[in-house]
Amino acid sequence: MRNLMDACCQRCTHTPASPCSEYLLCRTEGPLCHESKECRQQRKVFIDEVTIPADYPGRQIIVCGGTGCTSSGAANLVDLLNQEILAHNLGNSVQVKKTSCHGFCENGPILHVKPEGIFYTKVKAEDIQDIVVSHLVNQQVVKRLLYQDTSGNSYPYFQDIPFYAGQTRLLLRNCGQINPESLADYLAVGGYRSLVKVLQQMTPDEVIEEVQRSGLRGRGGAGFPTGRKWASARKAAGDVKYIICNADEGDPGAFMDRSLLEGDPHSVLEGMLIAGFAVGSTKGYIYCRAEYPLAIKRLKIAIHQAQQVGLLGSNIMGSGFQFDIVLKEGAGAFVCGEGTALQASIEGLRGMPRVKPPRSTEKGLWEKPTVLNNVETLANIPVLIQTGTEAYRKLGTEKSPGTKIFALSGAVTNPGLVEVPMGQPLREIIFGIGGGIRDGKRFKAAQLGGPSGGCLTEQHLELPVDFDSLTTAGATIGSGGMVVMGEDTCMVDVARFFLAFTQAESCGKCTPCREGTKRMLEILERICQGKADLKDLGDLERLCRVVKNTSLCGLGQACPNPVLSTLQYFREEYLAHIVEKRCPAGVCSSLVRYSIVADHCRGCGLCLKNCPVGAIEGEKKQPHTITAERCIKCGVCLDKCKFGAVLRR
Amino acid sequence: MINNMEVLSLDAKLEELLAKYQDTPGALIPVLQQAQEIYGYLSPELIRSISSRLRIPTSRTYGVATFYSQFHLKPRGRHIIKVCQGTACHVRGGSKLMEILKSYLGAQPGETTEDLKFTLETVACLGACGLAPVVMINDQTVGQLTPEKVLQKITTCE
Repeated sequence: MRNLMDACCQRCTHTPASPCSEYLLCRTEGPLCHESKECRQQRKVFIDEVTIPADYPGRQIIVCGGTGCTSSGAANLVDLLNQEILAHNLGNSVQVKKTSCHGFCENGPILHVKPEGIFYTKVKAEDIQDIVVSHLVNQQVVKRLLYQDTSGNSYPYFQDIPFYAGQTRLLLRNCGQINPESLADYLAVGGYRSLVKVLQQMTPDEVIEEVQRSGLRGRGGAGFPTGRKWASARKAAGDVKYIICNADEGDPGAFMDRSLLEGDPHSVLEGMLIAGFAVGSTKGYIYCRAEYPLAIKRLKIAIHQAQQVGLLGSNIMGSGFQFDIVLKEGAGAFVCGEGTALQASIEGLRGMPRVKPPRSTEKGLWEKPTVLNNVETLANIPVLIQTGTEAYRKLGTEKSPGTKIFALSGAVTNPGLVEVPMGQPLREIIFGIGGGIRDGKRFKAAQLGGPSGGCLTEQHLELPVDFDSLTTAGATIGSGGMVVMGEDTCMVDVARFFLAFTQAESCGKCTPCREGTKRMLEILERICQGKADLKDLGDLERLCRVVKNTSLCGLGQACPNPVLSTLQYFREEYLAHIVEKRCPAGVCSSLVRYSIVADHCRGCGLCLKNCPVGAIEGEKKQPHTITAERCIKCGVCLDKCKFGAVLRR
Repeated sequence: MINNMEVLSLDAKLEELLAKYQDTPGALIPVLQQAQEIYGYLSPELIRSISSRLRIPTSRTYGVATFYSQFHLKPRGRHIIKVCQGTACHVRGGSKLMEILKSYLGAQPGETTEDLKFTLETVACLGACGLAPVVMINDQTVGQLTPEKVLQKITTCE
């Protein structure tokens, strides 16, 4: 046995060509067909290497291989660690393992030492020697590399860091813990058990009933009950049906699906397999956006591994159930996140939505009944089948059971991926887990749901975050992007930003969205430039209503939300731009001027040296000046000046 | 410069690609993606030959190629700089990076410098929001940037 997937001894008859129906369970629970202490022990060794129990005899160092840590320099840490470990003769007792994203990206590169659970942050190449010598050899934790919160407390253990302590990592349980490119790792932590349970003990109707009872709602944004979707596709006439996993996560500020696909791709495949079994489908598609190359790579590996052992293909685990998955790469169009547009794109057409009804569950991909579920929704399926409806419903609220992953970003101290039970108050997420606003600034707003969502303000901080309560406050849970904004964010600029995005991504099929977004954007640009009058504000509000009520698909219907909600809560900022020609936050560059206060300027030349366009002049030790015509208002001089001499107005 | 031998080997790759996909329904997008990988961009001749082999009207192929932001109908530079336009990057100064790059390269988003060295592009959220603001230089995601840092990075490109 070289790894968990191999036969333990000659008594095992499993081959990919003639699979044993007990193969999957046998890998972790086995051997099932014979009794042998030795065979059982072999399995335990491999499983322990993945789960690292507290009494594990050696050590494992996990290096985070997520996009964030990799771009902060984690890639060469693995080699450096291995070199140092060999140099100190620790090769037999210490393993180095690369996993996926831990969700704590800004503190990367992250190193996690198991079994003791010491968590090192911001590790650089030059720290490796210290970690090996003091931690591995001399058993002394390297204190300077521990995570420190803003008040200076340091946290040696992963589970004590407030960012993690406040979370319920149900779907993210494996992210950062297992090797996402290994099927054996997924099996060792209990993977594909739900599939086995479904195939061996349940009928398709029972599966659907279970999902319906769990109350699971689609995590893509609309919150439609998943079980009901499956039931109507099962009832729909036709023998060819499709399951589509919507991995076209396009909302700016949302990256939970990317992390799930990169960190635990098999859990999504397992969800799709169970959906296929329940609905009566034999073919699934994953539509993943091309901007996620690592997710695509990991999915390809996972699909290949599943095919190799007969988890995909015909007669899966001897059950007679047949299912295969095709990976489709998106080509860069936000609108393809909309179900019918996504289907058109798979068919090789321009990704344009169509009028509904008929619903996709009746006539979807190639006119066949189709279930389209989001990545996070599908990742919920194995969990709820395994734990059972009752346990699952204990998390979250009555109408929004389960957990939700949020991509916390923006002006928050700890940006990252956060999983909490539905119904958690907003304050808990932003100030508890997120650690509040960075640089001690004031909280201004949280933008939820990206270009289709709205803003929440201080008055909403106690609001439970679930599908229904957010809608009443003018925001939506959306796909889970949560961008936190501090006092130096201009809300008019934020609205303009989102509208510029939706306007560029509008597919152009229906007039209200195509023309309306353009006119709305023009007005918002005029406001930001200080060229608008009060009539523009009235026109903008009317356009919002028309576009919202008359657009063909969700993109158009929801795109006025960022404008409407900022108008509702920050109307005075709009008025300041329009009436006083002033941007209170000092963001809108047309309304902002940089100047140097001669009395404070020491003539150090730092601003002059750093100005990228040479707009600053002045002799050494003499007050400098900014030439307004050349200034591009990048703010570098303001950031650089040590004497507070640069003024932004 | 690409010599004749190289052109021939590129054409052979295209031939292989078209042979593989010519009877697959819905193959147009993967074919365009892989053809662009071979040639770097989709020239009018390339669009015509793909259309005729897949038996799709050229107008439809052109429609698809212009609909998706991933496809390029003009040659691109040796180094591709993509500035993330995501919300988090915007809130943390992504637009300043864009302003600096525009003035340094003398190119607008979507344009290539005259020496074909750099192409400046925007990209919808890269999902690396924890590192905002982010720029992608070729295949490398670079985060926590400031205007100075991004200029330093691109001056190291050969």
